[in-house]
Amino acid sequence: MSRIVLLGMNHKTAPVEIREQLAVACRQEVNPLHMLPHLKHVEELVFLSTCNRVEFLFTCHSLHEGIREIKAALKTHMGLAASVPLDSYLYVHEDLGAVKHLFLVASSLDSMIVGEPQILGQLKKAYRDAIEYRTVKVILNRLLHKSFSVAKRVRTETCIGSCAVSVSYAAVELARKIFGDLRDKRVLLIGAGEMAELAAEHFLRQGVHRMVVANRTLERAMELADRFKAETVSFDRFLEELKTTDIVVSSTGSQEPVIRYQDVRSRMRERRNKPLFFIDIAVPRDIEPKVNEIDNVYLYDIDDLQGIIDLNREERLKQAKTAEHIIDEETLKFRNWMNSLSAVPTIVSVREKAETIRRNEIRKTFAQLPDLTDKEKESIEILTESIIKKFLHDPIVFLKRKAQRDAQAVYMDFAQQLFKLNNGAGDADAAPVDSENADASDQNFDAKK
Amino acid sequence: MESLFLVIATLCYLTATAGYLVYLFKDREQLHRISWTVMLAGALFHAAAVLMSTVSAGRLPVTTIQEALSLFALVFVVTYLILQLRLQLRILGSFVSPLAVIFMLSSSFLPAHVMPKSELFKSGWVVIHVGSLFVANALFALAFSVGIMYLLQERHIKKKNFGFLYERLPSLERLDSIAHYCLMSGFPLMTVGLITGFAYAAIVWHSPWNWDPKEILSLVTWIIYAVLVHERLAVGWRGRRAAWLAIIGFSAVLLTFFGAGLLLSGHHSVLSGKV
Repeated sequence: MSRIVLLGMNHKTAPVEIREQLAVACRQEVNPLHMLPHLKHVEELVFLSTCNRVEFLFTCHSLHEGIREIKAALKTHMGLAASVPLDSYLYVHEDLGAVKHLFLVASSLDSMIVGEPQILGQLKKAYRDAIEYRTVKVILNRLLHKSFSVAKRVRTETCIGSCAVSVSYAAVELARKIFGDLRDKRVLLIGAGEMAELAAEHFLRQGVHRMVVANRTLERAMELADRFKAETVSFDRFLEELKTTDIVVSSTGSQEPVIRYQDVRSRMRERRNKPLFFIDIAVPRDIEPKVNEIDNVYLYDIDDLQGIIDLNREERLKQAKTAEHIIDEETLKFRNWMNSLSAVPTIVSVREKAETIRRNEIRKTFAQLPDLTDKEKESIEILTESIIKKFLHDPIVFLKRKAQRDAQAVYMDFAQQLFKLNNGAGDADAAPVDSENADASDQNFDAKK
Repeated sequence: MESLFLVIATLCYLTATAGYLVYLFKDREQLHRISWTVMLAGALFHAAAVLMSTVSAGRLPVTTIQEALSLFALVFVVTYLILQLRLQLRILGSFVSPLAVIFMLSSSFLPAHVMPKSELFKSGWVVIHVGSLFVANALFALAFSVGIMYLLQERHIKKKNFGFLYERLPSLERLDSIAHYCLMSGFPLMTVGLITGFAYAAIVWHSPWNWDPKEILSLVTWIIYAVLVHERLAVGWRGRRAAWLAIIGFSAVLLTFFGAGLLLSGHHSVLSGKV
């Protein structure tokens, strides 16, 4: 029976020097998946690498050998000598622990910023890579798909993803609550500081329609405009832009407000009262607070946004509990699937064996009776087929039912001995069954006899 | 049979409302789907009851305020069910279904006066008059619900104080555009309804305007909505003020309905003997 192992390190276990090396490795083009043919004990492999974590998810028959090989592969990937000790930074999760850890990662509960959505995309990419290198088979294929659906469930049933924890993200979320779709909206950047740049990046990712930059030094404005494919407007004329802009991000170093109540009020009629959203991330503030009193105008300064972030942090912690509950539930569901999985090959071999016997006997019989017509031959085929099918029906139903039990490996082993199935013999030593459990099941069998 | 169907319909609406109220707190799509379906079932029973009384009386059941309110509740629910399919704004149900229950329950508590049988109500004019006005009013009731949702959400954003509803309610622009849509389709219907009413009055009483309290109140309501439509189209009124006016407008509709129907006398009133 295959074991699932997850081995890796992340921001919690590895110090920054090690993570820096990871970041270097993260940027290189080589994917360690190409090493799989050289890893004799590893069956399936998925490699996830972000700049805050590196994880190998794999299946193997022998835990010890598999982990040893993967550790060596990790060092090769990071360009470290084999003698460098890494063990203290690594975590190794086995079986259900690995499944749960993967679900936590996919739902962004293990991230540095809990709830940030990028990790799911990165995991999906890791999966696509694994498909490309043909390193996933039944188990990991199913596990990865399951992790995507778990992440989706966590996202829809908790608000872990919707609680913004950065200023620019909070601003974008608010804009979405005001405008809904941002695709046909225009953004005006006043001042071109680092914060403004971040916010602009976020808005662009939401697909805003057009961006205009106004800055005192034209050079910097041009620079930003180039980066964001935006237009520029001279600093003393940006008030005219208020007529057509929907979102204003202001971050000048000015000591005096650059947008006053009257400036906005007098332009609202011309805007036909369309909503206007001001994000003032400058200190001291760029926009008169009174502006917020105008109908259909919403003004948020840096403290307001910070307030949202603080609220969200608390909420996030609460939601994380709900999310973990969902993950535990899904982990158990996955275990049940894993358990039934090993019944499937047993059932298949029982059927195969019966079919082989039937064919051999039919061949002999037909050889002795050369006068049979085609119709008679067909009847005999159908007859034998249905005898086999009916005879095997009950044992197969029994196996399927037992597949849900903890002691299923015992039943599978028993069935394999009963039908003398050779190919299933390897299962006996790998099956994680404690003797007590096995004895109990044996007694059950005896009682039934 | 008829009253049994009405009771079943009311129970369905109540169940759907309970479902939608839970949905307000728990974001489960399943809850919405069940509530919507239960509401649809209620509407079917309701429609069957209305159909039966139409057939047995040979006219639309709008002669008592009780019947009228029940029919209006049906039109309102059906309008919501259809609009929900188009809009896919699930949270709307939480604001609309309680209204349906209120209409339905108040229809059963209001006095049921038996009207003298009148041939006047059998005309096709009445069907158009009542039909278009009811659909218009149903749309206005939806605009009213959306207006409340808008004001709640606007308050969250403006006061920077985020209650649990903030997450659940859609964006301001979405709410405003739904209200706009309801208004722009409701207003022409209301106009048609009023014109057919005046025309029919001109035919049967030889004068289109009889200083009936309901006529006066209807005209006031129409003027409120006319102002709202004009301001929206010409000046670009939107948001908070438009939401308030939609709420005031629908209050005027209710006043027209109940006030003129119950308290004041006139030829629309169930208490008057003019018809």
